[in-house]
Amino acid sequence: MAITERQASSPIPTPREITTQPRRSDQFFRSIVFLGGLSSLVILSAIALFLGIRGFEIITREGLKFITGYEWYSSINADGLSGDQPSVYGIGAMLIGTIITALIAVVIGVPIAVATALFLNFYAPNFLKGFLVSVVDLMAAFPSILFGLWGLNVLMPSAEYWAKLLHKYFSFVPLFEVSAPVFTRSPFVAGVVLAIMIIPIVTSVAREVFSQTPLDRIQAAYALGATKWSMIRAVVLPFGSSGVVGGAMLGLGRAMGETVAVFTVLNIVFQANFQILLGAGGNVASLIILKFGEASAEEIKALMAAGLILFILTLVVNMIADLIVNRSGRQGR
Amino acid sequence: MTITTPKPTKPWRATPKAMVPNFIAGLSVILGTWFLIEFTGLAGKLGAFLAASALAIVTLSLAAGIQRGGQAAKNVAVGTFVAIGAITAMFPVVSILGTVFVRGIRGIYVGFFTNDMSLASVNDPLDKGGILHAIIGTLLLILFAMLISVPLGILTALYLTEIKGPGSRLIRFLVQAMSGVPSIVAGLFIYSAFISGTGRGFSGFMGSLALSILMLPTVARTAEEVLLLIPADLREAGLALGATQWRTVAMVVVPAAKSGLITAVILGVARIAGETAPLLFTTGGGDAVNGNPFDGVMGSIPFAIWKALIAGSEESNARAWASIFILLVIVLALFFSARRLGKRRV
Repeated sequence: MAITERQASSPIPTPREITTQPRRSDQFFRSIVFLGGLSSLVILSAIALFLGIRGFEIITREGLKFITGYEWYSSINADGLSGDQPSVYGIGAMLIGTIITALIAVVIGVPIAVATALFLNFYAPNFLKGFLVSVVDLMAAFPSILFGLWGLNVLMPSAEYWAKLLHKYFSFVPLFEVSAPVFTRSPFVAGVVLAIMIIPIVTSVAREVFSQTPLDRIQAAYALGATKWSMIRAVVLPFGSSGVVGGAMLGLGRAMGETVAVFTVLNIVFQANFQILLGAGGNVASLIILKFGEASAEEIKALMAAGLILFILTLVVNMIADLIVNRSGRQGR
Repeated sequence: MTITTPKPTKPWRATPKAMVPNFIAGLSVILGTWFLIEFTGLAGKLGAFLAASALAIVTLSLAAGIQRGGQAAKNVAVGTFVAIGAITAMFPVVSILGTVFVRGIRGIYVGFFTNDMSLASVNDPLDKGGILHAIIGTLLLILFAMLISVPLGILTALYLTEIKGPGSRLIRFLVQAMSGVPSIVAGLFIYSAFISGTGRGFSGFMGSLALSILMLPTVARTAEEVLLLIPADLREAGLALGATQWRTVAMVVVPAAKSGLITAVILGVARIAGETAPLLFTTGGGDAVNGNPFDGVMGSIPFAIWKALIAGSEESNARAWASIFILLVIVLALFFSARRLGKRRV
């Protein structure tokens, strides 16, 4: 009797159902975070979609000539007045200019950046290291218009001097020939400015991969009697080489998409110019900014198409670079 | 019995005798540089630097090679080359900071901060007009870009670190790729999607949209790095106390990462504060103070610099340097506050 009374007064709680199902609040939280996480996917596809839609007409009309053609002529100007010739849109010269200036930037910037990264990781005394890292990071925070203004006012005279020197002693190389003695506002100067702009990112990627070198291998090399350089050559460089290549490609992508600095420094001319010291060149981004101001509706569509090409180009370069950087550190002796 | 205590020695220190070759090498670098500058076509500071570097690599490695053999020579040559590379990378920073300071400080006076350009032209002398409209515009642009990209960026980072759901590898990859999108493409995209053909004009909000595309990857990547540093113990402790995942993230993880997340936001703002190209397609660049970001053209500091730069006269050039001085002060302030916060990890 007594036992049943006690059972009645304190009822055994019904066992709770155990489940792996998240609560309602968690389901809500997870879906919100998921939607936020999708934002990069949505934005990237929206960019490709909208530029594609607006540029579709021009790309289909011009066909492959849009990429290979050197001429850019709009028969309708902003006031709606029509010229006598039909419009032609081709960004071939600008694409060549984009690649040339970006390559100059990589050729000049990457060795300096790799040397800086090696110095910071293996040579610099501690008191200097923190300071130098700050300076390099600070460089990455400079606005691109600042590089443009500085390049135009400060760098141009000395770059012109060096261009003349290069021309004087190396003019037998076709690259350094000049058909007219105009050395200012050349792809070379733009390339130097771009090189300075990509040094921070290449340095930080290279520093990252160098610092991941396994310490035991470094110490093993030293224990075998290696000098610092033979240690770097045998351990660090093989381990970090793909990271450096990826970093260089990231720099290449940045240099291809740079607008304001290049527009400020470069003399934009619609011709394929392989003489890097001659003051004529261009890149796709600066073409867009040059023509946007007084463009007709049709020309704006052509500019959108050019923007699409630039977007795809930089996206592909960046994706390959990221794949290489993420894969780095797996090989090495 | 005398106790002899050995005299403390420092065998790793170079003896004076060992210093002699290096001293000779240094002297020959100085003399050689002077000779090259004086008697050949090389000129200027850069020329002197280049000559000195080349000579330093040769003579220092020779000195090491004579004393200690070929391997040492190579070692010293590479060490010198690497140090010179680092010095070269510092050159532009020093030059840029110096030029901006020297040329910018001339144009700064009180009226520069209290006037706008509605009654002045860029070619007027500097005592007319100012950049009040641009400062207000830049602040508004940054504010609205933050309102859009900070939530999205932090949610992306939370998805990558807390939920680790399907496709998080793809999204991490896309965020990385997005940080390389050229700024001009962001501007062109906003123009093609929201301005062209819709009847809407330029406005500050459109500029903010374009800037937030550039800011989002910076915020997301930095925030992800910070959230990864939060120890898993904290999360597990929160869940073990019976909290839901939402409560754990909101009350344990995010507060623990607070200073790091603020750093992420500041780095994002520093990334966009000086962006010019996207604003050219979206804001229109007004000359008068405009407090309404949803209507009418809006000025900004980069756009003001752009206008002054294009005008090309001496006065406008001085104006550009003065404006860029202020822009650089803002960027530097953001940069150093991010550094300070970033040091206080978790």
